[in-house]
Order: sequence, then structure tokens, then C-alpha cells
Amino acid sequence: MRKLSLKALKPALLGTTFVVSASMAIPAHAKEFILGMQCDRSGPTQNVGAYICDGLHDMVKLANKRKMFGEHTVRVFEIDHGYDVPRGVEAYERTKQAGHISYALYGTPHTYALTPKLTDSKVPGTSPGFGSAAAANGKAYPYIFPIAATYWSQGAAAVQHVMDSWKAEGKSGTPKIAYLFYDNPAGREPLEVLHALQKKLGFEFREFAVPPPGVEMRPQVLDIVRRYKADWVVSHLFGRAPAIHIKELSRLRFPMNRVLSFVWGGGESDINVAGWDIAEGYQALQFAGVGKDHKVVQDIIAMYKEDGKPEPEELKQSVYYNRGVFTGALHAKAIANAIAAKGANATGDDVRKGFESIRDFSLDGFLPPMNITQEDHEGGGWVQVWQVKGGKYVKATDWIQGYRDVVLDFVSKAKPPKTN
Amino acid sequence: MLYRATGSFNRSYADELKVYQVPLPKNTIIVITFLVFVVVPLTFNEYYISILNFIGVAALGAIGLNILLGYTGQISVGHGAFMAVGAYTTAVILREFPDFPWFLALLGGGVGAAVIGMFFGIPSLRIKGLYLAVSTLAAQLIIEWGINHWPWLSGGAQGSVYVAHPTFPWMVDGELAMKPMKQNVEYYFLIYITLALGIILALNIFRTHLGRAFIAVRDRDIAAEIIGIDVFKTKLAAFGISSFYAGVTGGLYAFLYTIANVEAFTLLVSIQFLAMCVIGGLGSILGSILGATFVVLLPIVNDLVVRGLGGALLGWDDATASTILPKVNLILFGGLIMFFLIVEPDGLAKLWRTITDYFRVWPFPYI
Repeated sequence: MRKLSLKALKPALLGTTFVVSASMAIPAHAKEFILGMQCDRSGPTQNVGAYICDGLHDMVKLANKRKMFGEHTVRVFEIDHGYDVPRGVEAYERTKQAGHISYALYGTPHTYALTPKLTDSKVPGTSPGFGSAAAANGKAYPYIFPIAATYWSQGAAAVQHVMDSWKAEGKSGTPKIAYLFYDNPAGREPLEVLHALQKKLGFEFREFAVPPPGVEMRPQVLDIVRRYKADWVVSHLFGRAPAIHIKELSRLRFPMNRVLSFVWGGGESDINVAGWDIAEGYQALQFAGVGKDHKVVQDIIAMYKEDGKPEPEELKQSVYYNRGVFTGALHAKAIANAIAAKGANATGDDVRKGFESIRDFSLDGFLPPMNITQEDHEGGGWVQVWQVKGGKYVKATDWIQGYRDVVLDFVSKAKPPKTN
Repeated sequence: MLYRATGSFNRSYADELKVYQVPLPKNTIIVITFLVFVVVPLTFNEYYISILNFIGVAALGAIGLNILLGYTGQISVGHGAFMAVGAYTTAVILREFPDFPWFLALLGGGVGAAVIGMFFGIPSLRIKGLYLAVSTLAAQLIIEWGINHWPWLSGGAQGSVYVAHPTFPWMVDGELAMKPMKQNVEYYFLIYITLALGIILALNIFRTHLGRAFIAVRDRDIAAEIIGIDVFKTKLAAFGISSFYAGVTGGLYAFLYTIANVEAFTLLVSIQFLAMCVIGGLGSILGSILGATFVVLLPIVNDLVVRGLGGALLGWDDATASTILPKVNLILFGGLIMFFLIVEPDGLAKLWRTITDYFRVWPFPYI
């Protein structure tokens, strides 16, 4: 027994010495900047996380290859936390120890737990598609960047799209909207914006909560279709739930082209589970482009080909992979801005300024026209609607912003987290 | 100087009541205290301190759960939720009364969790084993739902309450002032002092009537009732004390994250704490600490070691390592838990005892 444990210890010790020696090998003139990153590849959201994080890696690799950072390079230091909060904080502490100057968060509770730490250590953290919508207010949350449309913006954009479609079909009056949501803080976050819009526009609106994990929603769907007789369903679900609501709604013959999902219900994997023919017409909001046709994605494929490798397997889930590319592109741009301003001495605070000086950055339509300012850490709150048509996602609208005045009203009221 | 226990030869009643019969354990504790409170904070860097912080908090929670699970024989799958109650109670007290001393708020979190824990412990009189597990599972879900749907408590749709950093008196610019805890090492002292108090309290519970009643109820509740123990009160007390620990743990988590957020206290957390108790050893304080250390440290050490080995031997770059590591971690985590449970079903504490027993008589075991 003792012998065995000693044997097991040896490679362990060997390994740690290698870690230490590897982290010390930094060339003298060109600096290697560290982009800290956490990911969930072994927890409840691994089916999303694995794709997003690979996208980010590839994007930063491409940026390094293109000499976007001049003589310097950026290393993505990723640690898996399995959606466990203490491990997420540990992951942050480890990359902080390594000297990260920018941080890619993953997961809403992690974003909450790390907001004060990032603010104290003056390192910007990005939370695209999760975290707190109030963080779009950069004055209240100086070091948190949602960068993509928050749930508030997604709610407003969803209503905008429903109203536009209603008018385009030449119908009078206002539609009856059912909001089918995951009953957790993230699911309820858009409610206040939706209520404000209901007051403003006067449409009929009812909430239908699905308790986590959201694998059983027959009563809610029955209620929506048979009793409430909704014209439109706006859904905000996570994990396995989106596939199930597609199946349940189609079982009751609810027209799929009247279902609009928030960003976490719009992956290829969701439709794979529900069936592409069943989901025909289903629409989902996206904050980054979908598919392989974008120039930046083609560049990544070309980069793989140069290395003699086939295109990344993860591109089969282009929705999530592209979101990683999106986050990576913004980090790369912000770090490049910081390096342009301060050279090798760039710090976390310079990267924050780098984020806040991103103007009309769209990567040829892959991203919305991003303008991140100190007032707006969300970059405009743009989304696109993509629709399932003939076995793939097809773009249904261009980049839209829904009722920006209402959303901004909420954003401006956001209070900074109380710390001392 | 090493002493060997050869038997207890006490000359007075006072001798017999001494906590330490021989000086070795006492000296060990003095050395450990010195290491924990002087050497470690002075020598370890911020990152290692942050890991130790999580181990400390987890150990406190595991001790609490072990009082219920290991010493009283009642199962709870709702400890994550009891921690959430503690976290929110602490956070809400400090939100409503910002001048309230934070350590009293922390205790308040413990008391709040104890009350809720005792309430959900009531069914334990009638139901046992798996049935009790399911009823405490209900506690987990009800509490999570309740926190989410009580806007005053949870601060609106976000379901989270920010907590100010605890403060402590310190010399700031040559003047004694209240300094907010922001460094990991400052939290380290908060956590390890609380843990030390928790350990002392837990060890002493089992030197009292109540503690022995816990063990009697665990071993056979009918027999305990026949010898005059009020089983209902005892079980409720166990639930109360255990949830008190959970509440303080939750409060510490709230201070550590500077936020009380219900998503940090899910069912998975409850199960993790059960795992700590089982791996560490049921009915052992040392076991709880070892179990917490094991569960917190294993994924981190796996990550460090496998990343280092993969980088050195197989030439993994960051992207490759990130894809492979989580899978290796899952395999190793499951595999090592199985390994330890097969090698020593009574947990790490028993393993520790076997090793120390061996060395107690080493190198002349047959004399």
C-alpha cells in the first residue's frame, strides 16, 4: 500500500516541476500575454461549453498567426470548472497567479462570484449570454463586459421580431404572446423588460414557468396551446429543455414558425434532438453569425488546412463554436488595442480601455456592428433571428435592436454592486 | 521527545478527566496550529491560500454534515439548501442593517439555517433511511424555489444579494481602522479560525450527554429510547447543530464570493458534501476534514499534474490540454473515489488510523 502511493506520487511531482519550468519559459523581448478563461467541459453545460471554448481557442490562435498583437502573443489559459463555483473561483485565482490581463467568464453564478474580484484587481471579464443584464451599465460594473445582447435586450428584440412579423403578415391588433421560461434567475431576468413592453405596446402576455431541469413541460405547453391559445411563443430555456419544447409544441400542432427562442435554445444540437423536420420553421435569436460561410470561420478552416489538419470537428455545432469565435475576436481586439496603446506594459485596465474603444467592429457581418463604450458594455444589444429551413439554419433578419430606449432605461437604472 | 502509550495509570480523578493523556497529541496540535496560523500564511502564495480557503470552508460544512450523518445516522440531501439559507440570512441581515457586526450576522446565518434545518428534520422521527433522504431532497428543492420566488429576500430577478467585505481592525496609515477583507490571506484567517472553533465545538459535543445520545440513536434508536433518551429531541438537535454548521459554511461562502447566490448551492453541492463525509469516514471529525480536502483538491491536483505531464511528455498545447483534461479529470475522479472506497470502505480517517497505528509501534512491532 505504501509502496504504491509512493509510485503514484513520483509522476505527480515530476509533472508539477514541468508546470513550473514551462511557465517560466517566456522570451525576453516579445511578451506572452495571458487571456484567462474558464469553461465547463465536464459539468451540466458541457454540450455547450466544449464548442464555445474551442471556438475561442481557435480565434486567438488565428489572431496570433495573423500578428494581430505585433511581436507579442496571447496565450489562452483555460481551466475547466465543471460548473462548480468554488472550482471556478480557483480557476480564476490560478490564471491570476499566472498574470492574466483579460478574463473570459463562464456561467452565471461564476460571473456573480467573480465580479467583485475582477473589479478589485482591475481585469476585464466577459460574460456573453449569461451573467447579469445590469452589467451592461459600464459605470456600475466597470470591469464586466456582457459584450453580447443581454437577456433584457434579447427580450426586447424578441418582442420586436414578433411585432414585425405580425405586421408583415398583415394582421391587425396585437398578438397574444406566451413566454415559456426556465424558472431560475436567468429565466426570470427578462420579465421586467417584457412587462414594461407589454405596458407600452399593449399586447396580451402571459408567463409559463418550467421548473429546472425542464425535461417535463407538457402541462405548460398544453396550457399555452389549448387554453391560452397563444399566437406566438417566446421561449427562454436551457440544456435539454429547448428540444423538448419543440417536440411538445409540434405534438399539439402549434405552428413552428411562431416559436422564437432566446439564444440558448438555438443550437444545432437542440434541433438534432428534436428532429430537423419537426423543427422546420423554428426561429432563434443569435448574437453571432451561424454556419461556416463567414470569412473569419473560413480563415480558421484555412489555418487548420495549413497545419495539415481537417476542419475542426466542432464546426458541426457552428452556433456555439461561432459564439466562442465571437468572444475570442472581441478579447483579441481589446488586447490588441491595449498593446497598441501601451506596448508590452499593457495591464488589465488597459484591456478594459481596449474593450471600451472598440468601434464598428463587425468582422464582415459575422458580428453586429459592435460599439462598446463606457456607458454600454453590451455593444448595442444586437441580435439576428435565424430560422430552421430545409435542414439548416437560415438567416431570417439582419441585425436588430429591439426597443433600445426601454432597455437602456433599465440599464441606466442599474446600481453598482455594493462593496466596501 | 516521543512518548509511547503503554496504558493509563492515573493517580487522581483530575488526571482521568484530562483531554490529553499523553503529551504527543497535545504537541501535535500545537505544531499544527503553529503551521496553520503562522507558517502557511507567511510562506504560501495567494493562489495556494485561495485553495486552502475552499478546503477550510468545505471542511466546516463536512463536519456539520458528519454530525448528522456519521454520528446520529440521519441522512440529509438538503445541506446545500441549508447553506443557502445561511448565506442569504447573513447577506440579508447585513443588507438591512449595514452596521450590524458581520460575525454576529454569520452566527445569525447559522441560527437561521438551524431553525430551517430543524423544521425539515421533523419527519426524521417517523421516517428513516432512503425515505428521509427523499424528504430532505424535498427540502433542497423547496428552499431553492422559495429563495428564487421571494423577491424581498433574494433581491429581485437576479436572485442574489451582494455582501460587503467583512472588516477587521488593522493599522491603516499608522492609525487603527476597520479594514475590509479583500486579500485571500485575510479570508484565510477568518475561515481557519471559524474552522478551529467548529472543530473544538464538534469534538466537545461528543464528550457531553447530548453527543453520546446522538451515537446511541445512531446505533439503535429503540434501545436508546428504552434507556431514556428522547429520540425526537435528539434527532432534532442533531439536525439543528448540523444545519447550524451548514449555515455558517454558507455565510462564509457568501463572504468569500461577496454574494449570496442560490445557484452556488444546488443539489450537486449537497451531494458533494455527502461524498466528502463518505470518502473521509463517517463518524469522524478528522475524516470530514480529510474528505473535504480530498474532494476539493482532487480536481485541482489532477488538472495541475495531468496538464504538466501532458505538456512535458506529449507536447500538448493549451487548446489540446483543455479538451483532454476534463475527460481525464472525470475518469480519475471517479476512479480514485472507487479506489479509496475499495481499499478502505471506512474512509480516509480509517486509512489514517491504520497508518498511524503502524508507526506507533514501528520499528519493533512485536515487542
